Amino acid sequence: MTATNASAEATPRPQSPAGGLTSRFRSITLSSALVEGRALLALILIIAVFALLSDNYLDPGNLVTITKQVAFNAILALGMLMVILNGGIDLSVGSTVGLTGAVAGNLFRGLDLPLTQAIMFPQVWVIVVISVGVGALVGYVNGLLISRLRLAPFIVTLGMLYVGRGLTEVLLDGQNITNELRGQEGLGNTGFFEVFASRPLGLPISAWVMIVLAILASILLVRSPFGRWLYASGSNERAAELSGVPVTRVKTRIYVIAGTCAGIVGLLQIANISSATADLGQFYELNAIAAVVIGGAALSGGRGTVKGTIIGAFVIGFLANGLVIVGVSPFWQQVITGAVIILAVAVDRIQQIAQNRAAARRAAAEVRAKTPTTASTPA
Amino acid sequence: MSAPATEVAPTGTAQIGEVVLRAVGISKTYGVTKALKGVDFDVRAGQVTVLFGENGAGKSTLMKILSGVEQPTGGQLVLHEEPVTLENTVDAVERGISIIHQETNLCPNLNVRDNIFLGRELRTRAGGIDYGREAEITSRLMRQLEEEIAPQTLVADLRMGQQQIVEIARALAAEARILIMDEPTSALSASEVEVLFRVIRELTANGVAIVYISHHLEEAISIADHAVVLRDGELVAHEPAGDIDLPWVVHRMTGRQAEYDFREEPRDFGEVALSVRNLTVADLATGRIVVDDVSIDVRAGEIVCLYGLMGAGRTELMETLAGRDPMTAGEVLLNGEDIAGLDVSERISRGLGLVPEDRQRDGVVQMLSVGSNLSLAGLRSVVRRGLISRTSESGRIRRGMDEVTVKAAGPGTPITSLSGGNQQKVVIGKLLMTDPTVLLLDEPTRGIDVGAKGEIFALLFKEARKGLGVLYVTSEIGEAMTASHRIVVMNKGRIVREFDPRTSSRAEVMAASGESASPATSTTTTDEAIGGTQ
Repeated sequence: MTATNASAEATPRPQSPAGGLTSRFRSITLSSALVEGRALLALILIIAVFALLSDNYLDPGNLVTITKQVAFNAILALGMLMVILNGGIDLSVGSTVGLTGAVAGNLFRGLDLPLTQAIMFPQVWVIVVISVGVGALVGYVNGLLISRLRLAPFIVTLGMLYVGRGLTEVLLDGQNITNELRGQEGLGNTGFFEVFASRPLGLPISAWVMIVLAILASILLVRSPFGRWLYASGSNERAAELSGVPVTRVKTRIYVIAGTCAGIVGLLQIANISSATADLGQFYELNAIAAVVIGGAALSGGRGTVKGTIIGAFVIGFLANGLVIVGVSPFWQQVITGAVIILAVAVDRIQQIAQNRAAARRAAAEVRAKTPTTASTPA
Repeated sequence: MSAPATEVAPTGTAQIGEVVLRAVGISKTYGVTKALKGVDFDVRAGQVTVLFGENGAGKSTLMKILSGVEQPTGGQLVLHEEPVTLENTVDAVERGISIIHQETNLCPNLNVRDNIFLGRELRTRAGGIDYGREAEITSRLMRQLEEEIAPQTLVADLRMGQQQIVEIARALAAEARILIMDEPTSALSASEVEVLFRVIRELTANGVAIVYISHHLEEAISIADHAVVLRDGELVAHEPAGDIDLPWVVHRMTGRQAEYDFREEPRDFGEVALSVRNLTVADLATGRIVVDDVSIDVRAGEIVCLYGLMGAGRTELMETLAGRDPMTAGEVLLNGEDIAGLDVSERISRGLGLVPEDRQRDGVVQMLSVGSNLSLAGLRSVVRRGLISRTSESGRIRRGMDEVTVKAAGPGTPITSLSGGNQQKVVIGKLLMTDPTVLLLDEPTRGIDVGAKGEIFALLFKEARKGLGVLYVTSEIGEAMTASHRIVVMNKGRIVREFDPRTSSRAEVMAASGESASPATSTTTTDEAIGGTQ
């Protein structure tokens, strides 16, 4: 729930004698519930349709598979949500996923210490910290360029998309890192899979990470000053700045958050597929953006929720999985997924236009009711 | 789309003096704010109708309606004795009504010819642009306007005055019969004004009707055939120009301003709270000096009014003091402490905040509620263990709303549903919640009705009695005279004089600002400029 929606739903005390004011607020509440619920409705529809078409769709095993895939996208989408709330975009997260995986893989392979013959094998927790740190660092560079130099987020992160992917290829040098991830007892770097591919209580670890991060993101957005600042500067950066909001710092940090999320996904993914590969994470940024948008966020900033984003990620996940299970060809899968994304924003926009028109009509009617004498038309 | 002009000199059907455009009971409402309340007036062919009025009187709203930018909520426009609805600006232009804005609307990256025919390009048989004919018409128009600018000249390379001429040429190319000019001289030098006035006289001789708006009262009076005065959205006078003079205009414009009067007996102010020493600010893009060696002191409890015309450097001064724009030279001390190196948020936490000029662009956060807007600046004070404490936030919001008397259904109300005056109270209240030492306000009452204006000043004076120092900018003389302890006049980036509002006259203050309201400082320049056409 965003600050915006929360505020719209606060029941106002009816003070207007005409009563027009109260009814206006009620309709805002109703329509915002529709916007919120739209993604959920779509999700239920998708599940219902595919459950009818295939007996295996709601199979617990399949649900776990879906959830695991959804979780990767949802974690990235949470970071992306922060960026989009600020009116920015981060195209580099997919490459950062790949880069983090490659960094982690190389650390498992061991570091050749310069000037010595020694190879160092860091412990798993060190590898995790360094890898996620690399993700955060990529985000920090993005953030600095965007907030301090005021470069366009699209351009900076597009550049970083290439840089990140290139560095991934350099680090892997044409070879996937697979066996080394298991670690060796003698080197003291085992335990990676035991944690990052585990299934506490039967649910994949990635789903747990998603749940924890979603809760943290909710608290951050709704309860912390940082969250309020994020919504404010996303809606009107100049006004936020003049209200004392540290807009530059806020902007830098959201890209760090997005990069950190990408780092976490990178680790989860190499554990999931038991390999660090050069194309890991390719196009992930697009799925993340799609989840945020389907979840009702505005690309212009200032509007969007954690709940919506998570639902958006599930819409994409359940749709993709359903299409596979039903046997739709991969080519048509893309067409349908794309159409759903466009449909989501189109419906959003149509709803907004309808709302604006209704508000304008009401305002005009109020004016006519109040000033009957001046509105004279000559014959 | 109508056929573009092939004739350079506009040939009209209307006789000079004939009414070509009539506004009947035009009213316009934004949300709860009534910008225009049933205005009637005529525009006559071959004559200049000047619109007078203070900021917020409804002039610009009326202009927007006449030029098709906005539709009236009540009333009717009658063009050549036929009721019309101007759907948009293109529609207005096709009906022969063009507007020339204060800020020119040209594309600086295109040349003069392309600008003149932008959106109504002449076509060759093959469907391409007929550059030859366009250039020919452009040269002819430029010769007529006595401004020999080659059609291929880039607009970016032209002086402001020349750009203005290009705008007029564009209107003529679209066969404008009614030309609306909004503050056309504000960026012009004296000699450019001279050229412009000569062009206006030529246009009217050809039967073009002109609607003219300017803050330079004497200039406007000298070009006027008819004077229309607006005040608070109402038409207060509509007279032939022969019967008017400057005191008449000033009186009609400001007549009801004295509804509030906050002048008070001198009292002891506190220590100097804000001290500005030799502040100089250069525009980063152009290098032009916009604030020139300015020194001002504001004491605790004192309300200082910074009066001046638009473009005098007032906004630049305020934004620099707030920490948004960098200063070039000088010192800014808050409670004796140098704050030159601090950014906006650090200055706010030290006790110096700005209520910006453009409420929509810089003041309110549209997607947040009234309550969240109000608590935004002082958010740090309601944080407990890293999180916003809801109880303490809503408590502060409730107190804040009472303090500044915001009329809203509740803290959850969308900020955009409030009237301009109430939105402004929220913006002011937001900064008051940070316990400021000095509050800066840039045109705090722009676009706000008289009642809310009084309430806003009542609020400022109440806070001042508690020790708040206030420095506010206004271009409304009535406001400066009745709602300040001291008036500082700014003209062309410099502080020119200071006045005590209890012992000085409006005319003196206006004269110092360059507005030249005093009949004593008669307008020799504009008299010469129009070359005895009256």
